[in-house]
Amino acid sequence: MMEPHSAPTPKKYSKKPKYSKFSQQELPAWKPILTPGWVISTFTVVGIVFIPVGLASLFSSESVEEAAIRYDDKCLNEIHAQNAVAFIKSDMTNKTCTTSWTVERKMQGPIFIYYQLDNYYQNHRRYVKSRNDKQLVNPASEGDTTNCYPQDKTNGSMPIVPCGLIAWSLFNDTYKFWVNTKSLTVNKKDISWGSDRSHKFGSKVYPKNFQLGGLVGGAKLDENIPLNQQEDLIVWMRTAALPSFRKLYGKIETNLEVNDSVEIVIENNYNTYEFGGNKRLILSTATWIGGKNPFLGMAYLFVGGVSLLCAIVFILLYVIKPRPLGDPSYLSWNKNPGILK
Amino acid sequence: MDQVENFPNFSSSMNNSSRNSTFGHSGSKPVSYGSKGADSGALSMSQKEISDEDARLVYVDDPERTNERFEFSGNSIRTSKYSIITFLPRNLFEQFHRVAYIYFLIIAILNQLPQLAVFGRGVSILPLAFVLFVTAVKDAFEDWRRHKSDKVENNRIASVMVDGQFQGKKWKDVKVGEIVKIAANETIPCDIVLLSTSDPTGVAYVQTTNLDGESNLKTRYAKQETQAKVPEKERFIGLIKCEKPNRNIYGFQGNMEVDGKRLSLGSSNIVLRGCELKNTNWAVGVVVYCGHETKAMLNNSGAPSKRSQLETHMNLEIIMLSVFLVALCSVTSVCAAIWLKSHKNELDLMPYYRKLDFSEGEMESYQYYGWGLEILFTFLKSVIVFQVMIPISLYISMELVRVGQAYFMIRDSRMYDAATNSRFQCRALNINEDLGQIKYVFSDKTGTLTENKMEFQCASIWGVDYSSTEASLEHGHQAECSAQVDGKVLKPKMKVKVNQKLLQLSKNSFRNVEGKQIYDFFLALAACNTIVPLVVDTSDPTVKLIDYQGESPDEQALAYAAAAYGFMLIERTSGHIVIDIHGKRQRFNVLGLHEFDSDRKRMSVILGYTDNSVKLFVKGADTSMLSVIDKSLNAEILRATETHLHSYSSLGLRTLVIGMRDLSVSEFDQWHFAFEAASTALLGRAALLRKVASNVENNLCILGATAIEDKLQKGVPESIESLRTAGIKVWVLTGDKQETAISIGYSSKLLTNSTTQIIINSNNRESCRRHLQNALVKSRQPLAASAVPNNFEGFSDAIATPIALIIDGTSLVYILDSELEEELFELASRCSVVLCCRVAPLQKAGIVALVKKRTADMTLAIGDGANDVSMIQMADVGVGISGQEGRQAVMASDFAMGQFRFLVPLLFIHGHWNYQRLGYMIIYNFYRNAIIVLVLFWYVLFTAYTVTTAINEWSSMLYSIIYTAFPTIVVGILDKDLSKRILLKYPQLYGAGQRREAYNKKLFWVTMADTFWQSIVVFFVPLFAYWGSTVDISSIGDLWTLSVVILVNLHLAMDIIRWNWVIHAVIWGSIVATVICVMIIDAIPTFSGYWAIFNTAATGLFWLCLLGILIAALLPRFAVKYIYQYYYPSDIQISREAEKFANQRVIGGNRQIEMYPIPDGPPR
Repeated sequence: MMEPHSAPTPKKYSKKPKYSKFSQQELPAWKPILTPGWVISTFTVVGIVFIPVGLASLFSSESVEEAAIRYDDKCLNEIHAQNAVAFIKSDMTNKTCTTSWTVERKMQGPIFIYYQLDNYYQNHRRYVKSRNDKQLVNPASEGDTTNCYPQDKTNGSMPIVPCGLIAWSLFNDTYKFWVNTKSLTVNKKDISWGSDRSHKFGSKVYPKNFQLGGLVGGAKLDENIPLNQQEDLIVWMRTAALPSFRKLYGKIETNLEVNDSVEIVIENNYNTYEFGGNKRLILSTATWIGGKNPFLGMAYLFVGGVSLLCAIVFILLYVIKPRPLGDPSYLSWNKNPGILK
Repeated sequence: MDQVENFPNFSSSMNNSSRNSTFGHSGSKPVSYGSKGADSGALSMSQKEISDEDARLVYVDDPERTNERFEFSGNSIRTSKYSIITFLPRNLFEQFHRVAYIYFLIIAILNQLPQLAVFGRGVSILPLAFVLFVTAVKDAFEDWRRHKSDKVENNRIASVMVDGQFQGKKWKDVKVGEIVKIAANETIPCDIVLLSTSDPTGVAYVQTTNLDGESNLKTRYAKQETQAKVPEKERFIGLIKCEKPNRNIYGFQGNMEVDGKRLSLGSSNIVLRGCELKNTNWAVGVVVYCGHETKAMLNNSGAPSKRSQLETHMNLEIIMLSVFLVALCSVTSVCAAIWLKSHKNELDLMPYYRKLDFSEGEMESYQYYGWGLEILFTFLKSVIVFQVMIPISLYISMELVRVGQAYFMIRDSRMYDAATNSRFQCRALNINEDLGQIKYVFSDKTGTLTENKMEFQCASIWGVDYSSTEASLEHGHQAECSAQVDGKVLKPKMKVKVNQKLLQLSKNSFRNVEGKQIYDFFLALAACNTIVPLVVDTSDPTVKLIDYQGESPDEQALAYAAAAYGFMLIERTSGHIVIDIHGKRQRFNVLGLHEFDSDRKRMSVILGYTDNSVKLFVKGADTSMLSVIDKSLNAEILRATETHLHSYSSLGLRTLVIGMRDLSVSEFDQWHFAFEAASTALLGRAALLRKVASNVENNLCILGATAIEDKLQKGVPESIESLRTAGIKVWVLTGDKQETAISIGYSSKLLTNSTTQIIINSNNRESCRRHLQNALVKSRQPLAASAVPNNFEGFSDAIATPIALIIDGTSLVYILDSELEEELFELASRCSVVLCCRVAPLQKAGIVALVKKRTADMTLAIGDGANDVSMIQMADVGVGISGQEGRQAVMASDFAMGQFRFLVPLLFIHGHWNYQRLGYMIIYNFYRNAIIVLVLFWYVLFTAYTVTTAINEWSSMLYSIIYTAFPTIVVGILDKDLSKRILLKYPQLYGAGQRREAYNKKLFWVTMADTFWQSIVVFFVPLFAYWGSTVDISSIGDLWTLSVVILVNLHLAMDIIRWNWVIHAVIWGSIVATVICVMIIDAIPTFSGYWAIFNTAATGLFWLCLLGILIAALLPRFAVKYIYQYYYPSDIQISREAEKFANQRVIGGNRQIEMYPIPDGPPR
């Protein structure tokens, strides 16, 4: 053997990597494997959890009492039906309209009053951006009307507060309710998010120069009430996600009994005729799942059902054709020794 | 001094001749050394005229005149890329060479146009700026380090002749034509033609470690005509005409006109920048190449960057994704067009268009540009919104992952070489994953498969075999082989196993007559070489070590062996040698030395004894020696030696035969006359000297033979076997001769006795063709038999007799780059082993190119020497065997390591992991970006196609930077599909990479289908659940954000194989981080989505949606994954299960796992 003589030079600094479990990639680890047991129990558990949850949601959705009254067409008499836009734009026409509705099932209070606009596209890009959030909260930034054009300044170049198209197009239909000729109080407090009232809309910001232009888009605001108390505006400014949407109008705190006859007086002011939008008035109770919508319950039932089905199929497959896990004889080179692949 | 001085200087007149003789053969090297000898034509070339246009004229000691006509490059070097001023523009320019970055830049610019401003200005630039910044910082740091090293290099001091005096001058100021003086152990500042040296014969020794990595000393010579001149005393006048700067470090040609004589200059007259002067007190030379024109710098261009195959394939898929992107944008804009058209009349009144409200002039400012332009803008806006479809973060993530993978490769203690104290080196950071897909390994032999440390094994002296294997070091007689000089003990640096009997005999060799042969034999070993002994200090001041330096490791081994048997070479000058023979110093005059050349295949030395007798010692290859041995003498001994030689070479040992004869006075005079004449000849000096040597080397008396083991590196046979089990084809390309290559083939288990060998060894094209065709016919036969169905026996025969192709460089000359290439490839792909011997460096590259051109399979070349550089650069992956610093092969390589056997953990463990990880990571990144784009796209369909995003713009930008970036990077670095143990146990698992199982078109499309499904679930479940409700954009947007982020993280979690704490932390951590980010964004009152997450998360519907989305989106993947894994398990899957359940079930308890080697693939 040829070997270097022992220690010809003083022992050099060794570059040998220091051993650590990390650097040698030997950290202790959990190694899950999809075994039939695991998979079948996962599917079973999903099925067992999802079906009851689905049933519960369905049940709760079904328990919601909801009445939808479309009134944009009803509130047009024959004379104006031909020229709805002119009707709605005119200051001279009488837009009050009355409709009645009989309660079919008992509605437990509080009953939520919504208005629903279809085909409105509150999520239209040009619309969504047309606001200025700084202006809404801070009295000092009331001159900041960036993004608000064309509703940013009056002709005299005074800033509009609140500026922008969203505020400008504030919904201005109003509803009054009589049950059995007795007036129902509509509670319009707390219909918006508390967070919006406390932080997003300023308590010292008052509407200014609002709806003064030649073109009136919707409701006017009382200049003596600060923005954080203008709950209709606050609700409206939470732009809806979808082209058709509901917004909370108010709440009726009492119950409505079966066969109660509800008379509704609608001030049909809001112009949806020019783009063919529908207006509806919704009276609805609420449960933990929200309003009446069976979709989620059905979806849960479907997923739960499919999972159980999968579990059963996998059990059958396992019984018919099991494969021992980790059996080396299944390795491709052991299965077909020597076959040219 | 000692008694040495008393010897008469017999050979002072001979110095001249011996110098010239060595010069004559300088181009070639003793013993085989790969194909480096291929440059040996240098001398004959330099005899030719160099035409003036191709020449560089250097006026010696006259830099002004030299640089007058052409401004030659100065000696200052600059390896840094940037200066402070140029950094920003140049770095950005270089970064934007990536198409992806330009794409993102264009998008960021588009977003700055007011009409297209989808995102806020700051937000849109954030991702690109982040990536550019990180890369710029990295580049700046690297360049700063280069600046520093340049500065150090340029300001080193050299001693330069100025006005007849040597003065210190900074390296950067040295000019071509100046005369430079270099002291011992100094580094040479530029390429210099030697004029004179401290050695009276003009010899200078240089160490070229920095240049080619060989640590032994090389001899360089000053011309005799210039040697005598002293530059300090008289101005040196001369003109050097040499070739233009080039990269060839083994070649130089030129001539020098001095005193009206014309001297030819070759590669032995030049010392190169970066080398160190050793064993020589000083050397003086004239600068011919400076700075960037020096051969060292020209070779320093660095490895050309390679691109990983995975990345190349990935780019195809990225094009696919761009097509998707364009399709999505087109759909959006077409829908927008239809919507605008159908609502044409309503636009006048719609709250967000209100065209009627505006007069002609104002309409412009309300940003309605008419139908056509609106469509175009919609298209561009959707490109901006959907930009993440092309995963920008993927590029930077991949780089980070590769850095992480490199960290683990470097830190792997399996790949640390204790012998050279070197770690694994990752020189290229962009092809880690290619290591997992290698199909062909091209290996050099010397230094790669073998240690290139020759070990003296057996000696046959005077017909008696002394094998040192039976004796061992344990007997402890290392101490005996030492010599006393000036009260100091000299020991050879290497210990050699000795044969006790032979040692005793050699000690007594003075006393009896039989010992005479042993004496001569070891004297020949000690003297007949070009070894330079170097005395090295040790920690013990009384003990010094002798380090034998020489170009040939065989000679070193022989010299150490001689020293071990008491014949210690202590001193060598060009005129004499001093040998310590069992404690007695003896001086011999070296009267002549005929260096090794490839024609004679032997070398000889003529020694003058103190008693004025002259002897010739010759050693050489057996074939060449047996022809010059006098067969009439000692026929018995000759026969016995031949038998021994045969048995040695069948053991794979390298054999040499030693012979000698006495020269009578007349014979010597005759030789001396011829030698003088030949060495002063101007034309054909090499041939003349060869003739002189051949004339004197005859009628030799045989002394014996030596056998040297070119020891295989540790673990080489096992490694090769593993590689072949993994289905990797191992080709050995060596400069060695055929016999050696075959013997190494046997010892490394490449060849076995059952292997059918096809040897192609031809001298012309026609015979090559004939050989190839015959071989093809032969190679087809067993395959033809196996093709017959049910012929199982023929089949197993085919496996039992693999074919080995052995081909030599001469044949390759005719085959490569001709129509025969195709046939060679076909033949080679049928063979399980290919050995190429006697190949030149460029041929090595040619062979790699041959394979690379014809298959899509990945190639890896591994080598250690400068002759492997071209092959390393040609192959997809180049691996250099390191050891000492600054080796050329290492410089050109992508990865460097200490031992060949590290290839196994490198490929099977790291390559496999890297490939699996990166392949998965790319697919996953496509998925994760596509899913959010699809969710954004579905929403656009419900916003009158106006490209509104429900997901907050900050969230959509942070999505790929923060929300989902870290898990994929960490998993890409840390996840392991299988443990090291299993991967090494079943090399066949490596096949997954060769079959591209982790990343392929099918996986891409399956993943995209899954992405489609998941995006539908994510988007439509909330859509329907919240349909007709009061939900606002921000709330549903937050729900979408959270569900997408949690979904993609769970998707990743489902595919993670090994959950260690880091992975746990990063997966759950990034979900938590996302929730925190979303909460922070929603806690800013001036964002329209203020407090949305808190309000919606307070409702049951939100949580039901979230749970439903996650389960429904992942169920199909889960089911398919299970079915695939359980019923169509891949090898990796089974091994994973085996790994996990091995402890619970006793595998192999009842049945033995059999490992069959994977047979070679079908011919292409």
